[in-house]
Amino acid sequence: MSSLLAKRRTTQASTASRTPTDLAGLKIRPRIGVAQWLSIALAVYLGLASIQFFVFNDNWKWDVVFSYLFSQIIINGLLNTIYLTLLTTFFGLILGVFTAWARMSPLVVLRTIAILYIWLMRAMPPLVMLLFVFFFGALAPTLGIGIPFGPTFASVPANEVISRFSAAIIGLSIYLGAYSAEIFRGGILALPSGQFEACKSLGLPPFKAYQKILGPQLIRVIIPSLANDVITIFKSTSLVSVIGYTELLTTVQTIYARNFETIPLLVVAVIWYLVLTSIAMFGQARLEKRFGRGFARRNPSDPKPAALENAGKENL
Amino acid sequence: MTTNLKSETPLLQLVGVSKHFGALKAVDDVSLDIRSGSVTCLVGPSGSGKSTLLRTVNMMEEINEGAIFFEGKMIGHEVHNGHRVPVSKSVARKQTLNFGMVFQHFNLFPHYTALENVTAAPMIVKGLRKKDAEAIGRRVLERVGLGSRMDHYPSELSGGQQQRVAIARALAMEPKVLLFDEPTSALDPELVAEVLAVMKGLAEQGSTMMIVTHEMRFAEDVADEVVMMDAGRIIERGVPQEILHNPTTPRAKKFFASVGAL
Repeated sequence: MSSLLAKRRTTQASTASRTPTDLAGLKIRPRIGVAQWLSIALAVYLGLASIQFFVFNDNWKWDVVFSYLFSQIIINGLLNTIYLTLLTTFFGLILGVFTAWARMSPLVVLRTIAILYIWLMRAMPPLVMLLFVFFFGALAPTLGIGIPFGPTFASVPANEVISRFSAAIIGLSIYLGAYSAEIFRGGILALPSGQFEACKSLGLPPFKAYQKILGPQLIRVIIPSLANDVITIFKSTSLVSVIGYTELLTTVQTIYARNFETIPLLVVAVIWYLVLTSIAMFGQARLEKRFGRGFARRNPSDPKPAALENAGKENL
Repeated sequence: MTTNLKSETPLLQLVGVSKHFGALKAVDDVSLDIRSGSVTCLVGPSGSGKSTLLRTVNMMEEINEGAIFFEGKMIGHEVHNGHRVPVSKSVARKQTLNFGMVFQHFNLFPHYTALENVTAAPMIVKGLRKKDAEAIGRRVLERVGLGSRMDHYPSELSGGQQQRVAIARALAMEPKVLLFDEPTSALDPELVAEVLAVMKGLAEQGSTMMIVTHEMRFAEDVADEVVMMDAGRIIERGVPQEILHNPTTPRAKKFFASVGAL
């Protein structure tokens, strides 16, 4: 501390003796203030605390964690989670696009159907939705195409169509469909009206305008919210345990129900969820870069990288 | 003694056109003829309906009364069982292609380079191959003096350059009439001249142009006819020298005095 003060004094002394030209020639560096020192201290403290908590803490039973992490049964559950997430995302986003389109349609009937659907899905807990879909056979023993109160042209027993797997996909997809519809709609509303006018004045048909001009611009805006919803689906897939479909979390639960190693097995699930989320976030970053074409680069997660780097170096 | 019939028949004809926004009559019973190769400047105070009138021409605004004729044929509506109904969307798109529009705020596609902005519509709408569209794109960008900026994104161009790309984008579709909606109003003063120079060049090459503008000196220099609007109506029209320096109505006198034309 005293050497630091001494250094500051000499700096001040030299200010007086130097000519303006000398001073103007000196390189400018970021000022390292109290906040930087405190934040470094905090980082060191948190680092040490986490090492103590995670590494020197036998209660985690890391040996149990690692013995299960890559075991066949866990990997099977993981693959089911991935499979379910991919299919749900695929069908959910398609449904979302159509719902957003219907929601913004000039036709009042389409708009009303979309609003009712979104309203229902927002009100319904996903768990209840899954149970409704799974037990749909109790409400409608046969599924068919026909005229209400009139003849039926074709039908199949509901229980043949609805398995644990298809119920999980249908339940989660119609859920994501409603939520992503509002995200798509938000993206369309966020586009400047001038873009629609430019497309119209050039005679672009609406589908082409969305595909080439408006779509890429709105995707750029909605990627963060959409990624949020898709990552949420990873975890929502654990809800399908209520209808007995075995994905990652259900697998883990069945194992610790037998051997009582609850925490190590939950850690196994969390590690895999972290891996999946990392992959999704990596994909999100790639997409953001791709659709950021033509827009000034900003990096909101990293406001002053140069300053922090220099602060670290000057310490040493 | 034969008069040139082609220049006598107006290319574009507005007959009793009105456009309402609720109770407001933004355009009120306007009739106007535009000859082929002529430059018409629409002037007037803000809110006088000149932009709305311009936007009715290429169906950016639907009209409530009157009719618009292009090359003698009614556009925007068709007769159906003794009534007029709006034309189908695909017919409307075809009719729109007779007009190229330049907007106050450029409305360039931000994710496309200057060249891609210009080639998008020829490729998508006219189905041109990329090579052919790019040949047209290069030609029109050179015409607006941006041959060296083709690979720049709009965010990397100045306002004046962006507006010139927007003009090139309209030109690439080879429209028969160019519509300019306050093309220099969003520009810094030192960038106005480059855009006006491009527009003057187009006028000299015989383009038919309708221009909503506040640049009175440009109107005087380039326009064949100046149309002054107020409260949705045309209150005065004629050759620029007469209108700008010798307006007859008190309202026009007051307006031209306030913009420094008198």
